[in-house]
Amino acid sequence: MTASTQTKVDVQAFNLHYGAFHALKNISIKFVDRKITALIGPSGCGKSTLLRCLNRMNDLIPTVRTEGRILLDGRNIYGSDIDVCDLRKKVGMVFQRPNPFPLSVRDNVSFGLRVAGQSDPAQVDAVVERSLRAAWLWDALSDKLDEPALELPLDQQQRLCVARLLAIEPEVILMDEPCSALDPIATSRIEELMLDLRRQYTIVIVTHNMQQAARISDFSGYMLLGDLIEYDVTKTLFTSPRDPRTQDYISGRYG
Amino acid sequence: MRIAPKYTQRIAIALLGGATLLTLLVLLFIILFVLEKGLPAVTWQFLSQAPRDMGRSGGIFPVIVGTFLLPLLAIAIALPLGVGTAVYLTEYTRETRLTRVIRFGTDCLAGIPSIIFGLFGFIFFVVILGFGWSLLSGGLTLALMILPTIIRTTEEAIRAVPNTFREVSFSLGATRWETVLHVVLPNALPGIATGIMLSLGRSIGETAAVIFTAGSALRMPTSVYDSVRTMAVHFYLLAREGISNENAYGTAAVLILAVLGVNLTAYWIMNRFVGRHT
Ligand SMILES: Nc1ncnc2c1ncn2[C@@H]1O[C@H](COP(=O)(O)OP(=O)(O)OP(=O)(O)O)[C@@H](O)[C@H]1O
Ligand SMILES: [Mg+2]
Repeated sequence: MTASTQTKVDVQAFNLHYGAFHALKNISIKFVDRKITALIGPSGCGKSTLLRCLNRMNDLIPTVRTEGRILLDGRNIYGSDIDVCDLRKKVGMVFQRPNPFPLSVRDNVSFGLRVAGQSDPAQVDAVVERSLRAAWLWDALSDKLDEPALELPLDQQQRLCVARLLAIEPEVILMDEPCSALDPIATSRIEELMLDLRRQYTIVIVTHNMQQAARISDFSGYMLLGDLIEYDVTKTLFTSPRDPRTQDYISGRYG
Repeated sequence: MRIAPKYTQRIAIALLGGATLLTLLVLLFIILFVLEKGLPAVTWQFLSQAPRDMGRSGGIFPVIVGTFLLPLLAIAIALPLGVGTAVYLTEYTRETRLTRVIRFGTDCLAGIPSIIFGLFGFIFFVVILGFGWSLLSGGLTLALMILPTIIRTTEEAIRAVPNTFREVSFSLGATRWETVLHVVLPNALPGIATGIMLSLGRSIGETAAVIFTAGSALRMPTSVYDSVRTMAVHFYLLAREGISNENAYGTAAVLILAVLGVNLTAYWIMNRFVGRHT
């Protein structure tokens, strides 16, 4: 894969209100195709909110109002011609807590296929195997496909959630603190997986862990109180931030 | 004179325990009484043969069939309606005055005495719609009667499905309907099944609503337009008309065992499946 710098998701002057609360203030940021972008910042600054705008999960909250545009491959996902369900199949999400359904490993991974009405067992098996391989779970789980997913260790559960997502062939993967429920060893496994997935997917990750952002991301954005303060190549942002507030945050955490 | 707390505590335990024990004893007494008087009449012939001479002799086979057919028909009618209503109230609307009115309405429906349902069913299904005394009229009447139970238990079961499941489903591009179908209902199924069993238990023993709508024919029904007699009605008629006390109690014994069986199954389903996922 060649290194590309093509924009996959282009957020343009985007605002979001929860009722009277202005949670995202005129955010503009470009997420580069097949790169990992990390969103960092203190609690409550709007990282999750921004992430959930990218697949319009915020539509589910009745008080939410948005202005501005977000382009996916040049098309405004908030446009009137967009099918939100199609959008969410392209822009998938991995949540903070591992959240497999109380089903078998196989039925979790094939969830998207079932919803789409695909019931040909050979087809399902092929997708399950491909997705589990891509999430680095095939070796561990190939003989446990019929076991309940909730009995797996947490990091396998989280990777199963990744596999469940990969099965519907997304283009962008959003991850909201995907490692915060995991121990360091499990965390490093997920990180390696993300670096591997980067070859094929555009990844946006929210993290509280700045070492993690520094380790795995290509670009980083620092948010504060609903503003995007600074956005740059990760190395630059961490070594020579332009904004003193970024400097404070980074040094404060490392201090 | 004041009684020391240590003793009031003991007295409370004794009184409450005694009340519980009394309840259990009364229940046990009723069951044993009926079984004691009825079981001698319950033979294989009694269970498998048609009644003869108005039930004075012969068995109760068509009556057993009627007893189960009627509630099953009622459930077949009430289940789609009730589950549909519950899904609509929980997944498709926000809590508004209208949903509260609907909920209040179903609660009121649950409190109406069954004989009123019987009269309504008689006037509406039997006479106005011209279904006559039949499985259909009885099934529709019982369906109205159990509808609130089905709606309520389904609503509870749906509410117990964690919201994260819905979020995940939406995030994977499922529509609301697909989410209901593939996530909400499968996870609510044990709760819904419990509601079905409770409804079955209630309608199996129902007399007043049934005697006015399903009639009391002793023949084996061949279509939904045929009248049927349930065990509860059979018992009532045998005893009231003084036809055969022996067979009346035999019928009561079978009925009690059937209701016990249904309730035990309901508990088994609840313990087996409910709460396993949470
Ligand atoms: N559903 C909601 N209704 C109203 N306000 C909300 C809602 N969700 C989030 N907020 C508010 O919006 C702001 C941003 O929240 P958000 O969850 O995006 O922050 P975050 O950066 O992800 O924080 P954390 O690091 O704690 O996860 C917070 O002040 C929060 O209180
Ligand atoms: Mg967050």
